[in-house]
Amino acid sequence: MADTSFDIIVVGGGPGGYVAAIRAAQLGLKTAVVEREHMGGICLNWGCIPTKALLRTSEVYGLIKHADAYGLSVKDVSYDPKKIVERSRKVANQLSNGVSMLMRKNKITVFDGTAKLAGAGKLAVAMKDKTNQTLTYKNLIIATGARARNLPGLEADGKLVWTYKEAMVPPEFPKSLLVVGSGAIGIEFASFYRTMGAEVTVCEVVDRILPVEDEEVSAFAKRAFEKQGMKIFTGATVSLKKGANNVTATIKVGDKTQEITVDRVISAVGIVGNVENLGLEGTKVKVEKTHIVIDQWGFTGEPNVYAIGDVAGPPWLAHKAMHEGVLVVEKIAGVKGVHPMNTANIPGCTYCQPQVASIGLTEKAAKEKGLQIKVGKFPFIGNGKAIALGEPEGFVKTIFDAKTGELLGAHMIGAEVTELIQGYSIAKTLETTEAELMATVFPHPTLSEMMHESVLAAYGRTLHI
Amino acid sequence: MSINILMPALSPTMTEGKLAKWHVKEGDMVKSGQVVCEIETDKATMEVEAVDEGKVGKIVVPEGTEGVKVNAVIAVLLEEGETEVKGGAPAAAPAKVEPAPPQASSGPRASGSPKSPSEPEARGPEKHERIFASPLAKRIAAEKGVDLAGVHGSGPNGRIVKADVENAKPGAAPAAAPKAAPKPASAPAQPIVTAPGDQRIPHTPVRKVIARRMLESKQTVPHFYLTVEFEIDALLAARAAINEVARKKDARVSVNDMVIKACAKALRDHPECNASWTEDEMVLYGAVDISVAVATDRGLITPIVRNADMKGVAQISIEMKDLAARAKTGKLKLEEFQGGGFTISNLGMFGVRHFGAIINPPQAMILAVGAGEERVVARKGEMVIRNMMSCTLAVDHRVVDGAMGAQFLQTLRAYIEQPAAMLV
Repeated sequence: MADTSFDIIVVGGGPGGYVAAIRAAQLGLKTAVVEREHMGGICLNWGCIPTKALLRTSEVYGLIKHADAYGLSVKDVSYDPKKIVERSRKVANQLSNGVSMLMRKNKITVFDGTAKLAGAGKLAVAMKDKTNQTLTYKNLIIATGARARNLPGLEADGKLVWTYKEAMVPPEFPKSLLVVGSGAIGIEFASFYRTMGAEVTVCEVVDRILPVEDEEVSAFAKRAFEKQGMKIFTGATVSLKKGANNVTATIKVGDKTQEITVDRVISAVGIVGNVENLGLEGTKVKVEKTHIVIDQWGFTGEPNVYAIGDVAGPPWLAHKAMHEGVLVVEKIAGVKGVHPMNTANIPGCTYCQPQVASIGLTEKAAKEKGLQIKVGKFPFIGNGKAIALGEPEGFVKTIFDAKTGELLGAHMIGAEVTELIQGYSIAKTLETTEAELMATVFPHPTLSEMMHESVLAAYGRTLHI
Repeated sequence: MSINILMPALSPTMTEGKLAKWHVKEGDMVKSGQVVCEIETDKATMEVEAVDEGKVGKIVVPEGTEGVKVNAVIAVLLEEGETEVKGGAPAAAPAKVEPAPPQASSGPRASGSPKSPSEPEARGPEKHERIFASPLAKRIAAEKGVDLAGVHGSGPNGRIVKADVENAKPGAAPAAAPKAAPKPASAPAQPIVTAPGDQRIPHTPVRKVIARRMLESKQTVPHFYLTVEFEIDALLAARAAINEVARKKDARVSVNDMVIKACAKALRDHPECNASWTEDEMVLYGAVDISVAVATDRGLITPIVRNADMKGVAQISIEMKDLAARAKTGKLKLEEFQGGGFTISNLGMFGVRHFGAIINPPQAMILAVGAGEERVVARKGEMVIRNMMSCTLAVDHRVVDGAMGAQFLQTLRAYIEQPAAMLV
């Protein structure tokens, strides 16, 4: 008879949930995870990781197509969609197995089933093997994540209108594609399919793409994508009419309407939290706009019930979920010196070509807060390594509080910036000012030198432009 | 190589102290463990033992010096074969000294400032003078004129971060003060002009601490007061009976000892009153530790009777006498007066009938006990004479509401007016 009583049970084995479980086990707590589908959650299986595998393919493919520029001759470049998807799935499976291994290593019990709150301290689990289990917990962490939002008229059918999930495992690549929504998910698929040769149209309802990013980044990204041949409509609404094997979309921008016919549509219009069928009714857990309401410690208001990650609200990022998982567990375990998360210090990355990465306030947000700011900007064209890489497009922008020198935000677009942003994350977490960043020695030749130059630029001291 | 003896930090919050007395003079040989000097600090005098052996080469800080910074070189030890302190500059490896007796681990409760138990101490007792602060915090502090030494760090390992400095007032008080506490007025608004016959007496460290803590309490703790009159005839009778027995143990139980016990029992019944306010949460104490105000020549100090709810009155009496005696000579250990969940202040012996006391932060309550005296009272329509004692409970309204405080007093009344209940 397996153990059914735990110090902490985590519902959901995604990046928030499994990391919370590992931290709990490290702290000596008896821990279980209930996962209804597969360890690693969306991130590992249908999100961050497999899309990065796909995007790596498109990056290499894009480079090969420009081989000539590097002095290489490559003839008859082609690709096999089946193999591309296979590689992506293999990567996902490898990591999902890795998470299962981590659970065993940390002696965390995994229940393959669907959990439901069943009164104080009790959790009913409908197991995949059709049996039912009742578990008891001292503390419960809800980490059920989120799923794609279905907008009326844009409902995904899995065939003609895809969500991220179908877009990740297409039987064949579409020749033409409409992406509705230009957040990270939409733009990454748009970038992937465009590089692989599809005619890609992007529709965004607000007035710019990548709406959470700095306005300059949005504008730069739009120009870069258009240069690649993407069609982008902002301030646009879309209605769909499905054919036998294609979709006719009516795009309305202001008074103008335009009709296009595409093979497939990807609906990437945001996400909703997985709050249904959890037995939250009748508890003190509050759900607002499909997300569970929590305090700074992840507490829901229902005794001993916490929530983390996507289901607990934005930003919907795996690393935010992981960090939240650790802090909630440490708070439960009474670890000293636990700090609530500062959302201003959570970086965000989008892996389109060019890549986008940012942290903290945008220039507009800083101004709206009434702050006096200093803004520095440094272009890729001024960086030796960028030129050598053949990646001269992009910039690094930094925003400082003019009074205190606080790094308020950093915004980057261009090659490899997703690997650079952590430098500013550390800087922000340590509360460095411009002085320490200026005094830091950045290695030459690297793209990171632009991070230095951008800071210098904010204070009128840039060296290489 | 000569060894520097440094000014030790006797408590986590100590930044400076007074070198009260040297027990050795230049030329003396000292052994490890030997008491070398006495340091006077927040309320206590502590003996400092040498950790290393050697000959006292030079006493750097003379006896009676005030405001000696923690980790300042106070003396130099010469090792075997050395004859003089070279170069004057204390460049040698610092020698460790430790307070004697070694300080018990002081949890958040012992720190004496109302902070969340989950928050680390700003600086540990062994740390050097370096203040850990983020560059941004330093920048803002410099602009605001905030002294970082007085700022409580809420970042990792007590590092001072932006938010701490933003909340601090310019020229913030020493680290022992909670960050929310305003700086005590160091000078009155009107300058005091002295005339012949007037005296200016520098504050002792004890005086400064009393001033700071009482001001902080009156200014930041919302007090309310509940006054009751207890009939203590039964208590006096019980005390007499107890003393008949206790005499064999060389104990003589006082009314105050009985009040300590009664308060402890009442606190055990009302755990919500044995509590402290912090910004984020309420801290409810598991143990019932009663602080008792003791007047000394040096000023007020509140030694603690630990777990008073579980002790007999004779035991309380014996402990109280010992604590009071040592309080008067400044020989209390830190852990004997830091902490406590409730304070009793008794001015009855001076004939004070009734008074209101200032809460001893971060505690939530203090009971001011007046004189027990015969008074004419009405009982069943008749005037009768009874021994009565007026008590006024001062309560931190953030922690305990009026009705809760009143219920606590009801329970206390039951124990005081029917002392047998304390045995149940």
